[in-house]
Amino acid sequence: MGLLTQWFRMCHLFFWALILSSSALVEISDLHFAYGKRPVLEGINMVFPKGKLIAIMGLSGCGKTTLLRQIGGVLKPVKGYVKVGGQVIHELDQDALYAMRRKMGMLFQFGALFTDMSVYDNVAFQMREHTDLPEEIIHDLVLMKLHAVGLRGTQHLMPSELSGGMARRVALARAVALDPMLIMYDEPFAGLDPISLTVVGDLIRRLNDALGVTSIVVTHDVQESMKIVDYVYFMANGVIVAEGTPDEIRASDKAFVHQFVHGEIDGPVPFHYPGGDYRQDLNLRA
Amino acid sequence: MLFDKTIKVIGHRAINAVWRIGMAARFFFLTLMYSGSSFRRFHLIIKELFSTGVMSLIIIIVAGLFVGMVLGLQGYETLKRYGSESALGSMVALSLVRELGPVVAALLFASRAGSAMTAEIGLMKATEQISAMEMMAVNPIARIVAPRFWAGVISMPLLAAMFSAAGIFGGYFVGVVQIGVDEGSFWSQMQAAVDFRDDILNGVIKSFVFGTAVTVIALFEGYDAPPTAEGVSGATTRTVVTSSLVILMLDFVLTSIMFKGN
Repeated sequence: MGLLTQWFRMCHLFFWALILSSSALVEISDLHFAYGKRPVLEGINMVFPKGKLIAIMGLSGCGKTTLLRQIGGVLKPVKGYVKVGGQVIHELDQDALYAMRRKMGMLFQFGALFTDMSVYDNVAFQMREHTDLPEEIIHDLVLMKLHAVGLRGTQHLMPSELSGGMARRVALARAVALDPMLIMYDEPFAGLDPISLTVVGDLIRRLNDALGVTSIVVTHDVQESMKIVDYVYFMANGVIVAEGTPDEIRASDKAFVHQFVHGEIDGPVPFHYPGGDYRQDLNLRA
Repeated sequence: MLFDKTIKVIGHRAINAVWRIGMAARFFFLTLMYSGSSFRRFHLIIKELFSTGVMSLIIIIVAGLFVGMVLGLQGYETLKRYGSESALGSMVALSLVRELGPVVAALLFASRAGSAMTAEIGLMKATEQISAMEMMAVNPIARIVAPRFWAGVISMPLLAAMFSAAGIFGGYFVGVVQIGVDEGSFWSQMQAAVDFRDDILNGVIKSFVFGTAVTVIALFEGYDAPPTAEGVSGATTRTVVTSSLVILMLDFVLTSIMFKGN
């Protein structure tokens, strides 16, 4: 039985390796990055195959959002590279980088909707900036995008009139406005009520499948993301500590993954931030 | 030890100041470089003209009116000593057109529109709107900064002109209507004393320079603000303080070039 399980596991890993290497849209190799002298990413290797929905999980501050910014070309690596569609991102000049970003969509943590524009204008923003489409066509496209996220009726509202979940969905409609090949989600589930959480999770999966895009979800919401993603990378202290399908991650016997997935207090991630001797801090004698 | 520390602090601040001036100059250059799209889509500038120019009108006109009224009163008291009350019109007009119009309007513009620009851009940065724009392959300097810059540059001379006009009306109201200076001599002295090139044009040049300086400072401070509540509030304060000092400094430089003690 044990041998059979191991054989299946090997086959499974081989299958994934085959998919990853043959049709990778995003490829990250030996990526290092530091904010000043503080290292954030230390030798990251990842592959994101076309059409897959992949989560990057880890504790707050482990470098997940920094990784997304590397993919978007906002930050430049110290060492290593990020390739998107075969092009090394940090080697692109500004025009080429902007051309690449037009093929990407990004959902920011709290939506980042333009507060001086209505919902309609937010979704139409990229169409007006990057295309010469007549306003009638833009109108139809905007309503279709808003309909896809269930918020066609909010087109005249301002972002300040939307709830957190609705703002996230409008931002999602804006992110897919130009039908990108890659969508990046930065903490899409943060601060949402249970219904909005399920709605947003379901939308991410449905949009991924319907548009045939590649999706990268940076999150620490284990329960919701495990329901929708195809593959998971676990990060801690700037390196990948585990990876696998949601089932493999759930069954992982690695202490960090187990603690994270089950939300346990005891484990390799300590409760206390490292500090000096408690007695000394309180000026107590032994 | 204390001496070393003081030298280090002074050195750090000096390097930081030079660094920021360099960054602001680069920012100004980039703004000019990416201004083309703003002129191709002039509606973006019109929209900003409304919020920076039109919305500043009330404070400019009311302030101009009161400054002109005070000038009328003070001017009359001084001129009366020399029996030159009839020169009140030229005194009010020259003070306003040459100095007070451009300077006070620019100071008010910095506190009303400049601080609003800084806060708006700083908050856009704090709420990741600028990052979102960059990720959408839209250059934020071309889309957000350049239209606001040109709106500031265009509206400042117009606001200064409105300030001077309101001030002259204030001076007329106090001098002619309230005190009883002869209306004919008030206007004719003004007409004879104010030269278009030396006075009005130089005033317009001043307000154009002030408008450029205030808008660049306000936009740079907003764009460079740390993305926190404290960062935005600090940047807003710096905009008003730096703009005010720069206006007064530039006023001295421009006045010494333009009027040379004439």
